[in-house]
Amino acid sequence: MNPLSSSAPALRTEAVSKHYRRGAVVVRAVEQVTLAIAAGEFTALLGASGSGKSTLLNLLAGLDHPSAGAVYVRERELGAMSAAELARHRRQTVGMVFQNFNLLPRMTLEENVELPLRLAEVERGERAARVAAALERVRLTARRGHRPSELSGGEQQRAAIARALVNRPGILLADEPTGNLDSRNGRQILELFREINRELGVTILMVTHERALAEAYAGRILALQDGLLAADGAAAPAAEPEGGQA
Amino acid sequence: MKPRDMAELAGRNLREALLRNSLTTLGIAVGGASLVAMLSLGAGLKHFASSRLSHSGLFNSILVTRKIDFRGLRRLAHTPAKPPQPSRPLDSAALAALRRLPHVTEVYNQVRFINEVNYDGHPYTTAIAGVPNLARHNDAFTGMKGRYFSGPQAREAILEDSFAKQLTAHPHRLLGQELDLRYARREPLPAAPGSDASGFAIVPQVERLRIVGIIFSQPVFGFSGFMPGRVFIPQSLAERLQVAEVSDLRNVVQGAGAGRNYSSLTVNLQSASDVPAAEAAIRGMGFRTFSLQDASRRLALVFAIFDLLLGVFGSLALAVASLGIINTLVMAILERRREIGVLKALGAGELEIKKLFLMEAGVMGLAGGIAGVILGWALGRGLNWGTAIYLNRRNLPAVEVSMVPWWLALGAIGFAIFISLLAGLYPAARAARLDPIKALRYE
Ligand SMILES: Nc1ncnc2c1ncn2[C@@H]1O[C@H](COP(=O)(O)OP(=O)(O)OP(=O)(O)O)[C@@H](O)[C@H]1O
Ligand SMILES: [Mg+2]
Repeated sequence: MNPLSSSAPALRTEAVSKHYRRGAVVVRAVEQVTLAIAAGEFTALLGASGSGKSTLLNLLAGLDHPSAGAVYVRERELGAMSAAELARHRRQTVGMVFQNFNLLPRMTLEENVELPLRLAEVERGERAARVAAALERVRLTARRGHRPSELSGGEQQRAAIARALVNRPGILLADEPTGNLDSRNGRQILELFREINRELGVTILMVTHERALAEAYAGRILALQDGLLAADGAAAPAAEPEGGQA
Repeated sequence: MKPRDMAELAGRNLREALLRNSLTTLGIAVGGASLVAMLSLGAGLKHFASSRLSHSGLFNSILVTRKIDFRGLRRLAHTPAKPPQPSRPLDSAALAALRRLPHVTEVYNQVRFINEVNYDGHPYTTAIAGVPNLARHNDAFTGMKGRYFSGPQAREAILEDSFAKQLTAHPHRLLGQELDLRYARREPLPAAPGSDASGFAIVPQVERLRIVGIIFSQPVFGFSGFMPGRVFIPQSLAERLQVAEVSDLRNVVQGAGAGRNYSSLTVNLQSASDVPAAEAAIRGMGFRTFSLQDASRRLALVFAIFDLLLGVFGSLALAVASLGIINTLVMAILERRREIGVLKALGAGELEIKKLFLMEAGVMGLAGGIAGVILGWALGRGLNWGTAIYLNRRNLPAVEVSMVPWWLALGAIGFAIFISLLAGLYPAARAARLDPIKALRYE
């Protein structure tokens, strides 16, 4: 899946910052974060609420522009890309699972999952097969004709994952994919991520509040605290910052 | 996104806010309808004018008369030296020469005379007019009761309505009846031995005519002069009757010869554009001419201005409708912020978002345009129907005041689409610029 050698980082940031200014108040959502994630890695991003996890993810997805610093995806700087190249980057390279799913309420699951394929101009004949496979993977085949509002939170979560994966991105950015789930369902999702990571070689960066889950599944754990990268290490005991319990 | 996928998405979006989009489309339809109705009125009136006036022979005919040399009269007092040059006579030879000119369809002598008509034993004095062939092809006789002459020589008459009412209280019963035309016939006499001069005898004649039609308005065919006709007969028949005219006497006195001399001839041409050249040629032959070319050119100008004004008012309605489109699409952006954000987050380019919104605007324009043409056409029909009733009450023939030619229908639809796309530009650009982060944060 990943065209680059595993030694080259799939994601890299150099002192990337995102500040929000409102009058005299400056919110440093992300502050001077430098990190590198190798292709094929399964990384968890921990941090308290408001620590800047979603903001960092948006920067990596190319949805948001940094106030300072640079973001590289497969060693290409996002800031140097044109709007059209950025759009293609989001279409082809990364898959996003949003904190609040962002499924389109008036489309069925099937149509929601098909959306990235439409945008990527995948042939109609192939689309149906890919949508079916993606829904199968998240075990939602039976619910394919339903609308998001007819699904439970966990089911919506899984549908969002199917949508993020349907176009076979090399990188999956998932914002609290287990946030709405009980631990059994949360584990199921993480099993799925592990499967995707191992079988398809997808690089995964996953935001979560649950340290235990992160340690059980991720190969590496990053922690943000007030926008700063507070910890970076293998999912071993290591020095742990606070904010692990949600 | 492929166009088909884009169309599907656009269609889905349009269906989702069905009421609002339908109302917007209706607004365009009403705007389009007013444009179509206005311009159809222009087209209808122009058609009416060109069929009734231009084809009537007023604009493609030339009245030819003899040149009268007034100089001779003036000179008489000062220098009697030069005798006045005789002007070229308007005789059979001249008629033949005129017929030979290019693009000439018909040359005829307007026969109009006052005479006596006998019907049911009572005499009536009235004006009789010959009707040239041309009138068969233009709609000079539309709206008549009965039928047109069966042939150019047919012994048939068409009566004017008011005259028919003089004859009987039930004019419609006149159809198929006969009347007698009493007139003075001019019969040439052979030249007296030893003299060039020839004369003619005047012989009273009766011609029996069958009434085949009744007409309610004065038919227009060529220059009618000052005398409206009350009884119409075919031109060839009128010429064959050899009715004595006042000018005949003058011709005899002037010794103009045995041949026929006309006071005027009317030359009909294939089209109004042939008139200037023909007029110049006839002047060159030594005759006086008169045509309504100038007037017709001014008429075209008047219609152009009329069309422009109607078009402006119609477009104004469409412009108001376009505000509706802008409003609807801006509302749609607010409503679909999250959707636009998701599309962008999933990799839709700004151009694609823009195209999606423009497509929605275009579809509303297309639907509104088609509905507008149908509505405008129906409005025009109503107008036609109304004027027909109005004219009928006044015993006038019906007129198509409103016409929707194909160019107007297609043009109106195209214009509606164009206006809609124009109106969609701003909302589309706004949607495309929408920041996905903000859009996705938006609850
Ligand atoms: N548009 C904005 N304007 C001002 N402040 C903002 C804006 N967006 C985010 N922030 C602030 O930036 C900080 C980081 O926000 P972010 O959404 O990244 O947090 P998070 O770590 O994802 O939190 P959570 O776990 O609750 O999702 C927060 O303090 C937030 O209030
Ligand atoms: Mg968050």
